[in-house]
Amino acid sequence: MTQDPLEIYRRLLLIRECEAQLNDAFAKNRFPGYLHSYLGQEACAVGVCDGLTDSDVIVSNHRGRGHYLAKGMAVKPMMAEMFGKASGVCGGRGGEMHAADPSIGVLGGNGIVGGGLPIAAGAALSAQMDGRGAVAVAFFGEGASNNGSFGETMNVAAAWKLPLFLVCENNLYAEMTPFDQTVAQPDIALRAAGYGMPGEVVDGNDVFAVREAAARAIARARSGEGPTLLELKTYRWGGHFEGDPRKYRTREEEDEWKARCPVARVRKILIDERGIEAAQLTALETQVASEIAEAIVFAIDSPLPEPETALSKVYAA
Amino acid sequence: MANKTFCWAIIDAMREEMERDDSVILIGEDVAAAGGSFGATRGLFDKFGPARVRDTPISEEIIVGLGVGAAMTGRRPIVEIMFIDFLGLCLDQIANQAAKTHYIYDGLFKMPLVIRTSTAVEMGIGPHHSQSWEAIVSHIPGLKVVMPSTPRDAKGLLKAAIRDNNPVVFIEHIALHRVKEEIEDDEFLIPLGKADVKREGRDVTVVATGLMVARALAAAEVLSKEGVEIEVIDPRTISPLDIDTIVESVRKTNRALVVTSSLKQFGLGSEVSAEITERAFFDLDQPVKRLSPPFTPVPFGRQFDEYLNPNADSIVSAVRELMA
Repeated sequence: MTQDPLEIYRRLLLIRECEAQLNDAFAKNRFPGYLHSYLGQEACAVGVCDGLTDSDVIVSNHRGRGHYLAKGMAVKPMMAEMFGKASGVCGGRGGEMHAADPSIGVLGGNGIVGGGLPIAAGAALSAQMDGRGAVAVAFFGEGASNNGSFGETMNVAAAWKLPLFLVCENNLYAEMTPFDQTVAQPDIALRAAGYGMPGEVVDGNDVFAVREAAARAIARARSGEGPTLLELKTYRWGGHFEGDPRKYRTREEEDEWKARCPVARVRKILIDERGIEAAQLTALETQVASEIAEAIVFAIDSPLPEPETALSKVYAA
Repeated sequence: MANKTFCWAIIDAMREEMERDDSVILIGEDVAAAGGSFGATRGLFDKFGPARVRDTPISEEIIVGLGVGAAMTGRRPIVEIMFIDFLGLCLDQIANQAAKTHYIYDGLFKMPLVIRTSTAVEMGIGPHHSQSWEAIVSHIPGLKVVMPSTPRDAKGLLKAAIRDNNPVVFIEHIALHRVKEEIEDDEFLIPLGKADVKREGRDVTVVATGLMVARALAAAEVLSKEGVEIEVIDPRTISPLDIDTIVESVRKTNRALVVTSSLKQFGLGSEVSAEITERAFFDLDQPVKRLSPPFTPVPFGRQFDEYLNPNADSIVSAVRELMA
């Protein structure tokens, strides 16, 4: 785990800048497809991934960039993948919802809500058989918790004591439907008990709280005690996708949550409690912003894959 | 040479591959101590233990998902989905995940996953246990679909499927499980994607799959006495389909009949028929004929199954019409 809070801040910033600048590119019509922003949820990915090594694997969802960056994916090829460019981590054919890098344990995103959960269980089964203490992490939203794949995954992971860490980022809206319209019980973490595993609700906007809870879940998985469900209460600043007019919620609610910004919160702690100079943070912010800006330029300037490549790799050799 | 049932050929294939390669694992409902719903995993749990042979909950989506995730992280899983009718419960993992992972991620992952499943057409088990869905899975790029018709083919094809780096849906007809055949003791593989000419003939090419192969061969005996020699081709792998072998035969016989348990509309017979027509239209003396079940679900009871499916008599009649 990172001991340096400045490094935690840098990782939060990296995701924040990535999302903010991508939103900007989308608004200027420079982004080629749907964009599912992770803005506002940065503390979840950073807090969880801080306890992982390259031997641990994650599966992601529609809103994957935070997870990829927090797990250590190289910024430029990840960004190029988002733009569907040949220089992307997957040659551009995965695009915005699908990036992977097995060398750092990223097993991909997913275009199907709940689709990654069973895959994470399978990766956890491999890790259990390998016996080297590796962990599989499934990131999913609260929407996926109403999918059958969630219950099936929870059940088998608990029954087999798989080294699986289930991370539910509850951002209150399943696509465009408020979560409280589709469930009677607001705490998904309570469902863990029914499957025979620990479940915990944590403030998903507090990176240090996420990190501590994640460390417990990861330690449990590593030591063979089985899966844990962590529910991170957070908020998706944008719509389900960029351009979503968000008629299903109020601007007041959005402002309330923005006031609980997970990035600004760490900045304040660094200044107030750690005595770090604001100027030092501003320099870091500028540096991270340029890194992302350069990656976006790299992505935009990169060539598209040739259309005939669509016919390749249907089957593996 | 040993006389083996189709079922034991399947077990032998898995045992040999599990002995050869530690990364091969078996996951499914009742596959461990129970020895499989149809007895097709007997002895494997005792030999390889609970880490490699695992009983799952009745939870089809997770069964295939476990296979997908394990395949992405270095295993070669065989998963069992009891009846093909249940694939709807795990179609996301099959179609969106297993079939596309290698492709989406530009080859970063291989997907050496075998999904063993069974079909029970004509067993009279009722509407949720009698379907023939090979056409449904064959419509998904990235999957391979195998449907053996004999014990020897089952063994060689399953061993090849386990060694293949792609997801393979392996369809076993449970009526065939009891069929016996002499199988050589030495190891052999049957390559995926290669059709087999089960009987040579000059007059009509009959393409038959699964349970229909034996019926086509029985029809061939009847027709032979009338002086009509049919060539029976079993594609064995439905996707990718070895259309070259089929077309080559049609160029010789100039007539074609496709016999399947796959429904007539949008079915396997439609595909084979269309391919023949596109590639060998001017070699045909007659339009290609299909014998397939009509477009209806299947009620409970063997009389309905027998009524709805092609049999040796209907094959004989169809061939006579083609020869008229």
